[in-house]
Amino acid sequence: MKKKNVIPGFGITFGFSMLYLSLLVLIPVSMVFFNSSSLGFEKLWEIASSPRVLSSLKVSFTTAFAAALINVFFGFLVAWVIERYSFPGKKIMDGLIDLPFALPTAVAGISLTTLYAPNGWIGRFLEPLGITVSYTPLGIVVALIFISFPFVVRTVQPVLQNFDKEVEEAASCLGATKLQIFRKVILPEMFPAIITGFALAFSRALGEYGSVVFISGNMPFKTEIAPLLIRTKLEQYDYAGGTAVAAIMLVMSFLILFSINYFQWKVSGGKIKRVGGR
Amino acid sequence: MKDKGFRFILIVIALSFFLLLLIVPLLSVFVKAFEKGWGLYYAAISDPMAIKAIKLTLLTIAVTVPLNTIFGIMAAWSVTKFDFKGKNIILTLIDLPFAISPVVAGLIFVLLFSTSHGLFAPLLNEWGLKIIFATPGIILATLFVTVPFVARELIPLMEAQGTSEEEAALTLGASGWKTFLLVTLPNIKWGLIYGVILTAARTAGEFGAVSVVSGHIRGLTNTLPLHIEILYNEYQFSAAFAVASLLTVVAIINLLIKNFADWKIKSQNKLSN
Repeated sequence: MKKKNVIPGFGITFGFSMLYLSLLVLIPVSMVFFNSSSLGFEKLWEIASSPRVLSSLKVSFTTAFAAALINVFFGFLVAWVIERYSFPGKKIMDGLIDLPFALPTAVAGISLTTLYAPNGWIGRFLEPLGITVSYTPLGIVVALIFISFPFVVRTVQPVLQNFDKEVEEAASCLGATKLQIFRKVILPEMFPAIITGFALAFSRALGEYGSVVFISGNMPFKTEIAPLLIRTKLEQYDYAGGTAVAAIMLVMSFLILFSINYFQWKVSGGKIKRVGGR
Repeated sequence: MKDKGFRFILIVIALSFFLLLLIVPLLSVFVKAFEKGWGLYYAAISDPMAIKAIKLTLLTIAVTVPLNTIFGIMAAWSVTKFDFKGKNIILTLIDLPFAISPVVAGLIFVLLFSTSHGLFAPLLNEWGLKIIFATPGIILATLFVTVPFVARELIPLMEAQGTSEEEAALTLGASGWKTFLLVTLPNIKWGLIYGVILTAARTAGEFGAVSVVSGHIRGLTNTLPLHIEILYNEYQFSAAFAVASLLTVVAIINLLIKNFADWKIKSQNKLSN
């Protein structure tokens, strides 16, 4: 504290917060590293490089990446349409964007599975086209798109709102086409927000469990995601195996979290900001 | 003209994506829930196992909401009203549960409290305590998952409001406690209300973490989402959707309050500017 602060309560609020976070978050999370390091590097490597673990990580990464990428495009489009155009139902649309955050994942899971089943509302139109969604990696992607949809919209929206329209007008006066303005003026400004939204969506999709277990069919080597494999290993009392996979996922989460914080810091110019539904 | 056409196409694509992705699944929950009629719907939600699941969910809410609210207010106060080094550490720790897979969140409490493999296994066995596969485990895992909500709602709000109003009150002789109650609290009221609602809703809906620690003991360690899973896996689809519709109503109320709170916060900011 540089200047003298008249506001009381730093000791108790800071102390309580740190104690609470240490007991509930820090110590429990460090258990994963504590347990996996006690396994030894060789054993850890053996578990991590087993075909089933590798395949589950591959399924998790590719589906989460695909879902986050799709959400970058549609999320940006939805944010753009809400901020720039007016049309009937816009307010309702804006208000419902956060539905995937509010809806329990198990509810989303059974609902999507029923919709995309071969006889479901949506599945019956895809079936004749030879597209099977339920019990395939495509089904996992559909569930992940749903649960991670709000992130890109909610990170891009405030940046679009605050975007200085005069810059666009200036570019237009200087003879730039609409496409040029979008590519050279708007997109570069949006880039940090888009990356943050992508990373948040990817991180959430990577760890998702509830909605995926219903739609994926959970077949090892095909549609088994890493969080499910952790759960399966725990149920078989293979605590070492489950912990090893969890450690890999945790390291990934940390890397993503740090890059998000970095980009968020860039976006907000050093201020703490509220990001999409959080 | 070309511009208008382009605009129209963009709106149509966005609306169709939105309808297909969000609205159809939302509606389908209610349609499927009432497919077999009101009788079955009522039977599904008044089933003794469902009632027990509701009770356990309410008990969990009764613990997580007060604890995480107190924590959220304290953390937000220390982070926003004072300048200190290492602020980012506290912020990262608050965000951590967001970044972690719910299954891993469940696992960490198994590693601590499992009576066969946990760190505290000898102590728990000696005292005859059961945490994993019992209610305390469910509460702990949910507490972990919902740590960030109140804090994350309050921090940006209090950061934006600064400290000048509190400083004025304190200089005029108000006590710290009184300053908080009469100056800070009215300013953060709507953010706080939404944070509490969000914590309650997430507690009711948490699935992955709870599923790992619960052991799925029917009527004992089943929360509502776990009950839905059991019904669904037993092919009692209508019953599963009936129970799911309860949680969906909670989600919709949650969204309504969020939008109302956002609107209130916005008009509050406009007034103070």
